[in-house]
Amino acid sequence: MAELNTNDSGGGKGGKVRSKKQNSKVDLTAMVDLAFLLITFFMLTTTLSKPQAMPLGLPDKDPKADEKPMKVDEKRTMTIMMGENNKLIYYMGLLEAPIAGPKDIAYGKEGIRKELLSRKKSVIEYTGNKDKGIIVIIKPGKKSKYKNLVDILDEMAISGVGTYAIVNDFLPKETELLEKK
Amino acid sequence: MKKKSASTDMTAMCDVAFLLLTFFILTATAKVPEALPVDTPSSTVLTKMPDTDLAIITIGKGKDGVSKVFFDMKGRELRKETLAGMGTKLGVEFSEEDKAKFALMDDFGVPLANLKQIIDMKAADRSKAPQPGIPMDSLDNQLKDWLLVSRRAAIDLSGGTKELQIAIKGDAKEDYPKIKKIMDILQDQKINSFSLVTGMRGKDF
Repeated sequence: MAELNTNDSGGGKGGKVRSKKQNSKVDLTAMVDLAFLLITFFMLTTTLSKPQAMPLGLPDKDPKADEKPMKVDEKRTMTIMMGENNKLIYYMGLLEAPIAGPKDIAYGKEGIRKELLSRKKSVIEYTGNKDKGIIVIIKPGKKSKYKNLVDILDEMAISGVGTYAIVNDFLPKETELLEKK
Repeated sequence: MKKKSASTDMTAMCDVAFLLLTFFILTATAKVPEALPVDTPSSTVLTKMPDTDLAIITIGKGKDGVSKVFFDMKGRELRKETLAGMGTKLGVEFSEEDKAKFALMDDFGVPLANLKQIIDMKAADRSKAPQPGIPMDSLDNQLKDWLLVSRRAAIDLSGGTKELQIAIKGDAKEDYPKIKKIMDILQDQKINSFSLVTGMRGKDF
C-alpha cells in the first residue's frame, strides 16, 4: 500500500505502466457502525443506571404537639392495613361503624386500585367538593414488609390520591383483624 | 455515462462518532460492587436522584442473614468533610491520606472505630470483608451522628445554599419496623421529606 515508486517516475514515452492510482479511501462503514453501537451502549448505561427514587414527605413529629388534632369527616377516610404475607385489609369510615369492609383485598390492578378509584369518586360525590377528596390512612403492621409499604404508596400515586398518612398506631380490634387468618 | 461512486465519505461521520464515544466513556462512572447488595422494591413514581449532596441509607440483610444498615454519601468534598467532622466528634484520628481514600469509596457499614481498617483495604476486598453495619441503638447511635455531621458539611460546603438530600434504600423483604426505625431517626432530626430508592416498573402493573 505504502510503496513509493521512485524509479522512472518522470517517465519517457516508452515508459512502463504508470503505477495505478490507488484509491486512498478506506471503507469506514464498519468502523462507524461499531462507534455508534458503543455510543448507544454508553448513553443508555449512563442514563439508566441512575437510581430512581420515590419522594416521601412525612408530617412534623413534634414531641410537644400543642396543635389540636385536626378533625375530619370519617366518611371521607379509608384505612388500609398491611399484615404478614401480603395481607391487606381495608375499611371505610370508623371501624365501629364502617361504611364498607373491613375486608381482605389483593394488591394491584384488580384489587386495591379498583377499590381506591371507585371510593375516590364516591367521596367526591358525597362532599360535592373537588378539594375535599378521599383521605387514606395507611397502617403498616409490625409484620408487613417494606415492599408492601412501597406498593401502597405507589397505588396512591397511580390512583392520584393526594391526601394520605402513614399511621403506626393500631386499635386492639385492628390488630385482631390483622392477626386473624 | 460517468460511473458514480456508491460510497460516501464517512470520515467526518466517523470523527463525530468517536468524539461522542470518547465523551460518553469518560463521563461514565465505573460501577463498583456494593458492599451490601439489596433488591429494591419497584414503583411507578420515578424521580431521578441527584449525583451530589446525597446521602443514602441502605438497609438489608447481609450474607449472614442479619439486617444491617450501611451509609453512603455522594460527592467527594462532602465525604472528606464528613469524615473529618466524625473524627473530631467521636475522637478518632484520620490522616489526610485516609480522607482522600475515603472520598473515593462507596458505602460502608462499620462503627467509626473500625472504619480505618476498611479504608486501608483494597477496593476489591472491601465488598468481601464482613461489615457488621452502623450501630444505631440508643446507646451508640452513630447513624444519627453521620447524618448530623454530613448535613452540616453539605451546608458548609455550599455556603448555606444546598441541603443534603436523604434517600432510604431498603430491601423489598425487609420488615417494616426496621424501616420505621430509620424514619424515626430521620424525623428526630426534623428531616421530614426524603426519598425511597425504588426500581422501575411498567405502567400497566
